[in-house]
Amino acid sequence: MSEAQRPRIAVLVFPGSNDDRDAALALEALGAEPVLVWHADRDLPEVGAVVLPGGFSYGDYLRAGAIARFSPAMRAVADFAAEGGPVLGICNGFQVLCEAGLLPGALRPNESLSFVCRDVALRVERTETPFLARCEVGQRLTIPVKHGEGCFFADADLLAALDEAGQIVLRYDEVNPNGSIDDIAGVVNQEGNIMGLMPHPEHAVDQLLGSTDGAFILNGLVEAARERLLAPTV
Amino acid sequence: MLVRPKPGILDPQGKAVENSLRHLGFTVDGARVGRLVDLEVEASDPEQARAEVERMCAELLANPLIESYEIELREDA
Repeated sequence: MSEAQRPRIAVLVFPGSNDDRDAALALEALGAEPVLVWHADRDLPEVGAVVLPGGFSYGDYLRAGAIARFSPAMRAVADFAAEGGPVLGICNGFQVLCEAGLLPGALRPNESLSFVCRDVALRVERTETPFLARCEVGQRLTIPVKHGEGCFFADADLLAALDEAGQIVLRYDEVNPNGSIDDIAGVVNQEGNIMGLMPHPEHAVDQLLGSTDGAFILNGLVEAARERLLAPTV
Repeated sequence: MLVRPKPGILDPQGKAVENSLRHLGFTVDGARVGRLVDLEVEASDPEQARAEVERMCAELLANPLIESYEIELREDA
C-alpha cells in the first residue's frame, strides 16, 4: 500500500494514557499508519487525523481531563481542529476535549459511583460526521465501555441547543451504564469534525474480542484522514 | 477556595456519604461533596489577590458548567 493509501494518524500520549497502543493497533489493522505523539510535543507531525486515547491522564487529578488540556500538544490539536482536521476523543480523550472547550458539556462520575466495564449497545442518531459516515441512522453498535466518570452532563439550555443542532450523535440503547443525561454516549462539535464518545471503538475491531462494530467508527476516521491528506493544499 | 457541585447536579459521591451516614444512624437530609483548595499567593492588596484567584478558578480550578466556587482570603503577615 502506498503512503497516501495508508494515512498517518496521530495518537496522543499523555502521562497516564493507557489505550494509546490499542488505538494504534486498531488503526494499523484498519489500514492507517498510527504515529504516537508525546503530550509535551509542541507540533503535530503531518497527519490526516488525531485520536485522543483513553486512560487516566495526570491521574484524573482535579477533574478527569482538566490538566491534560494544558499539554503543549493540545494547542497543536486545537489548531488542527480549527482548520477542519478530524479529531476523535475516546473516553479520557472525550473528557479532555470537553475540558478544553473543544466539545460541549462535561463528564461527571458515574451515577452508580462504580467503575463500569462491559459491552453496551449504542444507537446511531446522526451520520453527518466523518466518524459515523459509514453508519445508518438507527443502527445499533455493540462496543465496550470501561470508565468511572462517563456521566455526560449538559444543562437544559445546552441540551436543547445540542439537540437542535444535531450534535448528539450516539445514545446508549436500552442500558445506560453511567446515568448520562438523555442517554448520551457521544457528541460532536458544531462543524462535525470533532467527536467524543465514552465507549471504546478500538477495543471492538477484532472478532476475537466479540464485536467488530468499532471498525464502523474508526474506518470513518481513517477515510477522513485519507481524504484530508490527498486533498490539494490551498 | 471552595468548589461545590452546582445545585441540581447529581452528586453521586455526596449520595454515597449520605447513605453511609444514615447506616450509622445519623439523621441527614442531604450531603454534597466539594473540594477545598488552599492557595498561597503573593499580592499587594486583597483585591489583586482575589482577582488572581478568580482567574485561576475560571481557567482551571472549577468547571463553570457543573461547579460553583467561593473564595475566602486570609492575610498572612
